[in-house]
Amino acid sequence: MSDTTPNSPAKGFLAKHAILERSPTLLLVSSLLVVTVGGIVEIAPLFYLENTIEKVEGVRPYSPLELAGRDIYIREGCYVCHSQMIRPMRDEVERYGHYSLAAESMYDHPHQWGSKRTGPDLARVGGKYSDAWHLDHMIKPQAVVPESIMPGYAYLLDTQVNAEYTADLVATHSFIGVPYTEEMVEVAAADVLAQADPDTDAYDDLLERYPGAQIRNFDGAPGVSEMDALIAYLQMLGTTVDFSTFTPDASR
Amino acid sequence: MSSKDNKDIDDVTGIDTTGHAWDGIKELNNPLPRWWLWCFYLTIFWGICYSIAYPAWPLVKGATAGVLGYSTRAEVAADITRFEEANAEISAQLAAADLSTLSENEELQRFATSAGGAVFRNNCSQCHGSGAAGAVGYPNLLDDDWLWGGDFENITYTIRHGIRNEEDWDARYSEMTAYDEILSDEEIDATVQYVRQISGQDHDATLAGAGEATFMDNCAACHGDDGKGSYDLGAPNLTDAIWLYGGDAATLEETIRYARFGVMPPWGSRLSEAEINAVSAYVHQLGGGE
Repeated sequence: MSDTTPNSPAKGFLAKHAILERSPTLLLVSSLLVVTVGGIVEIAPLFYLENTIEKVEGVRPYSPLELAGRDIYIREGCYVCHSQMIRPMRDEVERYGHYSLAAESMYDHPHQWGSKRTGPDLARVGGKYSDAWHLDHMIKPQAVVPESIMPGYAYLLDTQVNAEYTADLVATHSFIGVPYTEEMVEVAAADVLAQADPDTDAYDDLLERYPGAQIRNFDGAPGVSEMDALIAYLQMLGTTVDFSTFTPDASR
Repeated sequence: MSSKDNKDIDDVTGIDTTGHAWDGIKELNNPLPRWWLWCFYLTIFWGICYSIAYPAWPLVKGATAGVLGYSTRAEVAADITRFEEANAEISAQLAAADLSTLSENEELQRFATSAGGAVFRNNCSQCHGSGAAGAVGYPNLLDDDWLWGGDFENITYTIRHGIRNEEDWDARYSEMTAYDEILSDEEIDATVQYVRQISGQDHDATLAGAGEATFMDNCAACHGDDGKGSYDLGAPNLTDAIWLYGGDAATLEETIRYARFGVMPPWGSRLSEAEINAVSAYVHQLGGGE
């Protein structure tokens, strides 16, 4: 056959592909390298780019009780049906409020953005309903929203939050980079109890450590139940950022 | 197997083979179809153009913004502005409107009612129900039995500031006393029977008679001597068949012993003036507006 036929062998570097194709191990390793390039280009810059997380006023680490509630949120699989990410679209903003910012989940390990909404987005549910509503709704969602398909979580009232475990949880989050001060870690166990009881002396100190924290007996029952923790967590979601001081950077 | 330098040309087609042979069956080394190859090159070209046009490449401090200047944030802002501008005139009219004369302006009323319905379904329906019929502990807004008043002014105030919340200093506030440790069990039983009497339910007449004095001493200050309640204190009318928590003896006893403290969040910080007026108009026209 002459050189002009379509099957004439390619020249140079491109002709070497047969080497890859004839060695499965080499092909596997090479494909891994190629995929890695994509991963590095997409992920690595997020660790050094200055605009990955915008600086906004007000975001603070979770208070110990909120953190305990967040753990319950994860344990019960709330994220399976509820997202915590308001996307930048008009219908979302109209319904849920300002679109979510990266800074709002900067202390989430792991984040609870979610990708599926069987129930509504919860990124800004804080303050939208009363504690009593959350309590009624957790015990039996259909009591307040007849068309709801959410299961009840009445048993959260039966278990008390273990303040010492929660203090360990705070220490762990501190270890992985959440900026809790040494003092915050030390008094975490006391803060768990203080946030569910507005009549303690720790009221002002707690507010100083965690500005904007809501200090109430969330479930109306004595003690600090898992229900207290979960409602404390829900009532602070999306409430920390002061949007009056926020100017969106368009090219993000 | 032939080496790649030593071509093994297939006799029938005259085309080179890959050199693989299975039981004498060989694989022709045909080139990729031209159309496929060009599509492949096209996707590479498209990818390069796309990464130039849109935000893409990470650099030292930020990523390239793309020559088209596309931004999701700018897009959503523009989208919201477009709708706000389209409604700007009527929204401003609604924000400044005197709701008591709303019925004179049919177009504005129609706008207020449908806009208010949307606000209601998004923000209020979780407690008051999607049909506004309420639930135990969350008032029914369809009837004319109001806790804090059902005229436009009162509805708007309640929506703007809420009830017994911690966020708004102007929130409506009143606190029922928990009588568990103040009244004796007998007095509580008697008061329950008296309340059942004035609300026209089955009751023990003897006990109710005894309960009247207790009621007058403890309850009448807020609920009135006649038990018809007070808008100023958010004290419910106890003489009708409408109950927020329940009118049966067990629920009444629970209410008297431990009191009730219904909370409504303030909406003034979440809703615009026009939205507050809209949802007030919506609630007012549901059936019970005064």
